[in-house]
Amino acid sequence: MAQLTFHNVTLGYDRHPAVHHLNGEVARGALVAVIGPNGAGKSTLLRGIVGILKPLDGGIHLGGLDARDIAYLPQSAEIDRSFPISVFDFVGTGLWRGTGLFGGIGKAAREKILRAIASVGLNGFENRPIGTLSGGQMQRVLFARVLLQDASLIVLDEPFNAIDSKTTADLLALVKQWQGEGRTVLAALHDMEMVRTHFSQTLVLARGPVAWGPTAEVLTPENLMVAMRMCEAFDDSAAACAADDARSRAA
Amino acid sequence: MLYDALIAPFTEFEFMRRALAAAIALALAGAPIGVFLMLRRMSLVGDAMAHAILPGAAIGFLLSGLNLFAMTAGGLIAGFAVAILAGVVSRSTGLKEDASLATFYLASLALGVTIVSIKGTNIDLLHVLFGNILAMDDQTLLVVAFNATVTLLVLAVIYRPLVIESVDPLFLRTVSRAGGPAHLAFLALVVINLVNGFQALGTLLAVGLMILPAGIARFWSRDLTVMICIAVVAAAVSGYAGLVLSFQTRVPSGPAIILVATVLYIVSVLFGRVGGIVRQLFPGRHLEA
Repeated sequence: MAQLTFHNVTLGYDRHPAVHHLNGEVARGALVAVIGPNGAGKSTLLRGIVGILKPLDGGIHLGGLDARDIAYLPQSAEIDRSFPISVFDFVGTGLWRGTGLFGGIGKAAREKILRAIASVGLNGFENRPIGTLSGGQMQRVLFARVLLQDASLIVLDEPFNAIDSKTTADLLALVKQWQGEGRTVLAALHDMEMVRTHFSQTLVLARGPVAWGPTAEVLTPENLMVAMRMCEAFDDSAAACAADDARSRAA
Repeated sequence: MLYDALIAPFTEFEFMRRALAAAIALALAGAPIGVFLMLRRMSLVGDAMAHAILPGAAIGFLLSGLNLFAMTAGGLIAGFAVAILAGVVSRSTGLKEDASLATFYLASLALGVTIVSIKGTNIDLLHVLFGNILAMDDQTLLVVAFNATVTLLVLAVIYRPLVIESVDPLFLRTVSRAGGPAHLAFLALVVINLVNGFQALGTLLAVGLMILPAGIARFWSRDLTVMICIAVVAAAVSGYAGLVLSFQTRVPSGPAIILVATVLYIVSVLFGRVGGIVRQLFPGRHLEA
């Protein structure tokens, strides 16, 4: 059963597509890697899935999921780490679905937060300001928040960038655990070896879909070469999309 | 002697008691807003907004003379209009909020000065620019206290989304739609507190009791709650000491308050526990962990 369905979806900024005409389905409980060179549209696709970015065309259907049933791990560069907030409070924001604007953090919620922090190996870091953490520690904090969100669909944007192999292994184990619990996981990644070893499905993206399916069949040198050859397509004077014209004529 | 210098002005003169009450109300509400302005890198936005309220206050003055209610209402309307227009333009076009605000506040300032120059005298202009906390009557004090109460209540409502939006805006957008309304409500609170400060300190210095205490707090704590408390205390101390200074030396009250806050700021820059210059120059022996 599909957890996510892309209906000819085009995502982009100011009418310029970053992901063009994507069709396909992600099965419930799947573990999908989204790969492609820089600028391929991976982050844009993930932002479209979590509802931050509205499609320019087409649609994304979430299989009946409420938007709050999706956990999103952004690239750490998106977070203002100079803000004076502790690890405990930051991870605690993962309980938003339960607490909302005014809900208190009771004893049970505090224990949940402490368990999530312990699960990612950050015991004793609860009161540390996030600005004092290393890159790997911050990534663990972000994973702890995802844990607390207890979501059916988990979307990870380059979750293993610039972190050491021990942290990567620990966090990858969490990702596998989520899949084992029947959650659907999509992750934008750059490490081909990791994708080959741990992710059953792969979408190769290069501003549009290059290939999508079982990793062993999709992750071929030919497909990767096509993706690598992706040219920068931003053009301020570009005409309206011809594919859309053809579709409207057919309709 | 000390009693005469520090306490007597407030026990003997009602206008000093009213001014002190106003300064404390401004500190209680304005300082937390200033902390968020600073942490959201909007310190200069506050300054821009202070200019944006000018045409509304000027229209109030044009219609009713030096009637503080009319000027307050006008300032609120102008400030809200600029804040909301700038916020909406920024959110719907992707233009950075400071750029969007710069356009609106410059237009607003030009309009305000034009309006004041149509009817005002130099004294009126001085009042608009620098305020006069010592001339505050009971009704104005009530308006200031009311605005401070509203600020604290609204801040309590939007506190959580405001914090999350400041640190991780994308996350908030995935779990809630509260980010946009919280941001607009925050801008509204900035305007309310500027209008409040406008009565006491004038348009040029109104933002001072918001931003300077926030800057002071940043040098003493890494914890948001503690920062807010320090900022409130710093603003209240500045208000009290500024009033005493003004009373004893006849320096105008608004600039006296801001000058005291500036002295506290300089002390914090030098000796602050978090990033203070002396602490950096003489950090002591390194720790074990």
